[in-house]
Amino acid sequence: MTNVTCLKCRNCGDKYEIQPISICEECFGPLEVEYDFEQIRENVTKRDIENGPKSLWRYKELLPVGDKIVDLHPGFTPLHKADNLANKLGLKDLYIKNDSVNPTFSFKDRVVAVSVSKALEFGFDTLACASTGNLANSVAAHAAKGKLNCYIFIPSDLNMGKVIQTLAYGPNLISVDGNYDDVNRLCTEAAGYYNWAFVNINLRPYYSEGSKTLGYEVIEQLGWETPDRAIIPVGSGSLLTKIWKGYHEFLDLDLVDEVQTKITASQSEGCSPIVTAYESDSDIKSVKPNTIEKSLAIGNPADGYYALRVLKDSNGTAAAGSDNDIIEGIKLLAKTEGIFTETAGGVVISTLKKLVERGEIDKDEKTVVYITGNGLKTQDVLSNYIPDSIRINPDLKEFNNILDTKFANKKIKKEAI
Amino acid sequence: MAIVRLATPLRKFSNGKPELKVEGSTLDEVIHNIDVKGPGFKDKILENGKIKRFINIYVNNEDVRLGDELTTNVGQDDTISILPAVSGG
Repeated sequence: MTNVTCLKCRNCGDKYEIQPISICEECFGPLEVEYDFEQIRENVTKRDIENGPKSLWRYKELLPVGDKIVDLHPGFTPLHKADNLANKLGLKDLYIKNDSVNPTFSFKDRVVAVSVSKALEFGFDTLACASTGNLANSVAAHAAKGKLNCYIFIPSDLNMGKVIQTLAYGPNLISVDGNYDDVNRLCTEAAGYYNWAFVNINLRPYYSEGSKTLGYEVIEQLGWETPDRAIIPVGSGSLLTKIWKGYHEFLDLDLVDEVQTKITASQSEGCSPIVTAYESDSDIKSVKPNTIEKSLAIGNPADGYYALRVLKDSNGTAAAGSDNDIIEGIKLLAKTEGIFTETAGGVVISTLKKLVERGEIDKDEKTVVYITGNGLKTQDVLSNYIPDSIRINPDLKEFNNILDTKFANKKIKKEAI
Repeated sequence: MAIVRLATPLRKFSNGKPELKVEGSTLDEVIHNIDVKGPGFKDKILENGKIKRFINIYVNNEDVRLGDELTTNVGQDDTISILPAVSGG
């Protein structure tokens, strides 16, 4: 049973039957899934959700999915109270939404789970996508589990960890000499010639709905409350707009009393078209990315216009971090909270720090930082910025000597026990 | 003549064909010449003389917004792609 009614153009409001399209034929605006909220309101309660599966399928009534799913058990990831990081920064109520522990180790399992369900319903036998890495991992994994053909397009300079993980699932991996915007353009053209389920192109309206669950889960895990502030990594702008949509859908369903969340966008300085537009109060201008942060490196963000609107509507803000800030952000989160994130996570931690330094964040604000990918995927970026291990022979005397010399200032007590 | 690749929703201006061969020495001229044969094309992709927000145009795979936009030069063997703005990651 689905509560979906139609597709609707976000720009001009034209409506379309449910089908594998993502663009309005009249104005080229993005199509979005429409639901029968009256029906949902009658059938969905907090208790129903709390008794649901420990995955994003607990929100199935609010997603455009049918009975066919390829289930890797995505979602319902931990909301981690980050007291150590909070103390370090002088904050009091800080949480990490740790979405790096999904089945393929990023939030992309949410959007892929939803779009693959739709691909099966439409009768596609081939999955495809343009990806900066995390999506590639997830689409390839879902294709393997669903026994579907798979074509994945990535920029050729992608992090090795993401390439190896993708290849392990056995897809056809097309490595394109160009940046993500080149890959995306190629795939958009290819989608006009091949009858495949390009999850983030012709299935985009369904795909992007999966991100709403990152809004729902945080509300549920905070005890049916919205945070005062959410810091979100931004590439295309889709994730940020969908988290905001998720908060507001729970408000419309009376599952939460209010939404007063200041939405904060986070990008790397080497690719920050949305932050730049926000700070200069201007339209978004395309840029050529130049950053160690590959997963957010979208120079021409299609949902940027709507992401900017959310920043303004929510009284939010935006900030960009340098490559060095990103690396320091990764290390800070790992050292304080035991969470090892990829470069996109380094970006959001750098934004958190920046807001504290600028005095823009109140120490009592209930703040949620969205960590969307796992550090094991981008180890190459970090390798030159962490200390070497201390190498010794398997000999107690040598170990004692190391403690006496290298760690003399720590005054380690040695006694027989 | 330049080759113009059209996104699916624009193929009603090309009798359903995915590609057209069109004369023109600038992008603006090429768009004008498509509009002459398929009236309404220009209004579909331009607004107040600028490329609409949800449209991306590439000449030889380069986004014209990063260059000269509608005044971009177009050579005889160039390829122009007119596509919807979609992005994922």
